[in-house]
Amino acid sequence: MNRPLGMLAELTYACPLHCPYCSNPLNLADYREELSTADWRRVLTEARALGVLQLHLSGGEPLQRRDLVEIVACAHHLGLYTNLITSAVGLSPSRARQLKDAGLDHVQISFQADDQALADGIAGARAHQRKLAAARLVRELGWPLTLNVVLHRHNLDRLDRVLDLAERLEADRIELANTQYYGWALRNRGALLPTREQLDRAEEIVRAARRRLKGRMEIVYVLPDYYGPYPKPCMGGWGRQQLTVAPNGDVLPCPAAHVLGLPRASVRERSLAWIWQDSPAFQRFRGTGWMPEPCRSCPRREIDFGGCRCQAFQLTGDAARTDPVCHLSPDHWRVAQVLRAVNREAEPVTLASLVPRTRAGGRPPARSADLSEPAGSHPPGR
Amino acid sequence: MRLDWDPVRQRHVLLGPEGVLLLNRTGAAIVDLCDGRQTTAEIVERLRGTYDHVDVDQVRGFLTRLIARGWLEVGDE
Ligand code: SF4
Ligand code: SF4
Repeated sequence: MNRPLGMLAELTYACPLHCPYCSNPLNLADYREELSTADWRRVLTEARALGVLQLHLSGGEPLQRRDLVEIVACAHHLGLYTNLITSAVGLSPSRARQLKDAGLDHVQISFQADDQALADGIAGARAHQRKLAAARLVRELGWPLTLNVVLHRHNLDRLDRVLDLAERLEADRIELANTQYYGWALRNRGALLPTREQLDRAEEIVRAARRRLKGRMEIVYVLPDYYGPYPKPCMGGWGRQQLTVAPNGDVLPCPAAHVLGLPRASVRERSLAWIWQDSPAFQRFRGTGWMPEPCRSCPRREIDFGGCRCQAFQLTGDAARTDPVCHLSPDHWRVAQVLRAVNREAEPVTLASLVPRTRAGGRPPARSADLSEPAGSHPPGR
Repeated sequence: MRLDWDPVRQRHVLLGPEGVLLLNRTGAAIVDLCDGRQTTAEIVERLRGTYDHVDVDQVRGFLTRLIARGWLEVGDE
């Protein structure tokens, strides 16, 4: 069995922003009982002993944890490479300096768009100016800077200007991540999915920018969900390289896997080593033995591992089916149908049709343009 | 980017924002020599001081792969 290389530590789901594509669970209120500082110390120590080398500190907004500096210092002391994934709201100069001194290796700041009004509209908060200030601060303190921009119908046409912004901020890397349809993003899918035309233009812009910025800025372009012929190799395979620890101590093979209702594995009850090696949740889709046809006899089965289990579940109600994104899947028509609808729409979809992520969770007033709920999109209660 | 020794796996690793690279012994020796001043030829020369058989093309290929994946930057050679 492989040892895990990376761990995503979701320190808290609290966040001052309300991004409509947030991948956090809809039932945010169920995660209020967060792990303590001492719990995290133990989890990090066990993670390092298990082989984890890279720690992504995320959320929600990890800066909302008052003990973030302590957690970073502990991780650094253990020899973990630490990456902070942040909205940057709360990254004051003094906090940044403390994190630097604690040994934080890398900072990744999310931007919603290049333009303040649009960015703040998407985030549902006045955050853009603070992000700009924080990005400069990151450079001043000598950290490498990665920008992360989630792409969707409402900002994809401004990709050239988003890249200009990254260049002005002297980012070393930019991750252009097309929205992945989990959590809040799935709820808002109809209003977030871009058209094929938008994507074609975007890809052209990325190609040109890669040529122009070669050696200066690395551009990572995460291919759009639903449009490709094959699914993504989700997490590099189930329980193979990565694990996620949720704010309440639940351990998952992938941050979206809470929807699957697998037997719970929590660091409050078990060691991380047991969870990784023996827990039913991690064993369920490990390797290729669980696969149905057409994956079972497909030459790509160890390239994409049959795609994403959460996507299969959300679109078909059965997590053990081939990811419907794959054009070989018998359920592919479900994806094709959604794409046809998006590419046919004559009416422009406005920002107002997006449901912002809210703390209350569940069901904010239905403003969603996505009236057809996909099968199994409601996470089972715990 | 950081070159480190992983006591759990008993091997050298290269750590960066995009991921982790597990290195073998020669890989680690090569990365260790990449200090921003040496040319590929000089790196090969230094490796010959330690190892019997150093294949220039293999070293070059390894470095090219690291550069392509964004793990190394090329200076003004
Ligand atoms: S996606 Fe937006 S709302 Fe969700 S955690 Fe990140 S910054 Fe907060
Ligand atoms: S059939 Fe399964 S293994 Fe083959 S490409 Fe599709 S998802 Fe991947």
